Amino acid sequence: MKKSVYLLFIVICVILMFSVVPARSISAQQPTPSDDEVNAIASQLFCPVCQNTPLDVCPTQACRQWRDLIRQMLAEGKSAAEIKQYFVTNYGASVLPEPPRSGINWLIYIVPPVAFLLGVFLLFQAFHTWKKAVPDPGSAPDYTDPGKPDPGSASAVKDPYISQLEDELKKRT
Amino acid sequence: MSIQPGINSTPKRNVPLWAQILIWLGLLGLLGLLAAGLLRASHPIMSVGSRVPDFTLTLFSGYEYHGALQVKRSELLGKVIVVNFWASWCQPCAGEAPDVEAAWKVYEHSGKVVFLGIDYVDTEPEARTYLTQFAISYPNGPDLGTKISEIFNRNLGVPETYIIDRQGFLHYIQIGPFQSAAELQSIIDPMISGN
Repeated sequence: MKKSVYLLFIVICVILMFSVVPARSISAQQPTPSDDEVNAIASQLFCPVCQNTPLDVCPTQACRQWRDLIRQMLAEGKSAAEIKQYFVTNYGASVLPEPPRSGINWLIYIVPPVAFLLGVFLLFQAFHTWKKAVPDPGSAPDYTDPGKPDPGSASAVKDPYISQLEDELKKRT
Repeated sequence: MSIQPGINSTPKRNVPLWAQILIWLGLLGLLGLLAAGLLRASHPIMSVGSRVPDFTLTLFSGYEYHGALQVKRSELLGKVIVVNFWASWCQPCAGEAPDVEAAWKVYEHSGKVVFLGIDYVDTEPEARTYLTQFAISYPNGPDLGTKISEIFNRNLGVPETYIIDRQGFLHYIQIGPFQSAAELQSIIDPMISGN
């Protein structure tokens, strides 16, 4: 009885061993990347030949070759960043959806925010100036008494026409 | 009748002078860049008679120039250089490939003419298949980063061929394929004759 249990234990161990070994070898293989995995990277790149066409939807033979290249590089274990860098090195920066942040390209990233900030500054300046020009309602001059101008007001020096008009109005009341 | 109290004087704008100068300089700079870009787009950098800037072509292994994996245009002064842009995905390139190779065979041992095949935005395995398929034997390499095609402002498609004279000036531009080896030879022969 004891011997048969011992044999059974050995058989189970052998079966387990053979079942584990192939599983390991399968997991060590690089699976073929799916179309979705390839397109996830291809969509971040543009066809170097056809202008403004993302690589994942480009129907030309050249683009099919590049998608195959991405698949091959993924199967080799290359990261998305490495694949993108390979494309830039080989086909130029025009394959990227946005220009690389180097050299004169910096203008594209610097000019718009600087122009925006400058615009905000100029608007602020303009509003500030306009605000100064409009008299504060609290310090409005007393038009009922033309001989008593509001000190410090922009209208402290009365327009003769306004004075005359006010006099006429006063006479009517 | 309402009366607007004395605001009939225009307020003085007080943008500092340095800011005004900066804004105008910036605007002029941007306009300058825009103009340069438009000019470049409308007029090709390279035209017949203009000096071809120096460039370095990295070659495919098996397609070296005298055993070197790189060739510089400036090292080829004194020779006629035939620069042929092609790609494996380009059908017209396949059409002219045997003729270009046939023409190369005529001049290969003369020492007066160098053919350079430049593989434009292509994948290497397909490019190698193409080179093998047409038994191309002259130096060939990829246009890494499209740097060489940018020198020629080549944006009309492949194939294109540029023939540079012995002094380094552009002598001939062929947009599209050559129809025969004789057509290519008829351009090269007068350039090397007389010496």
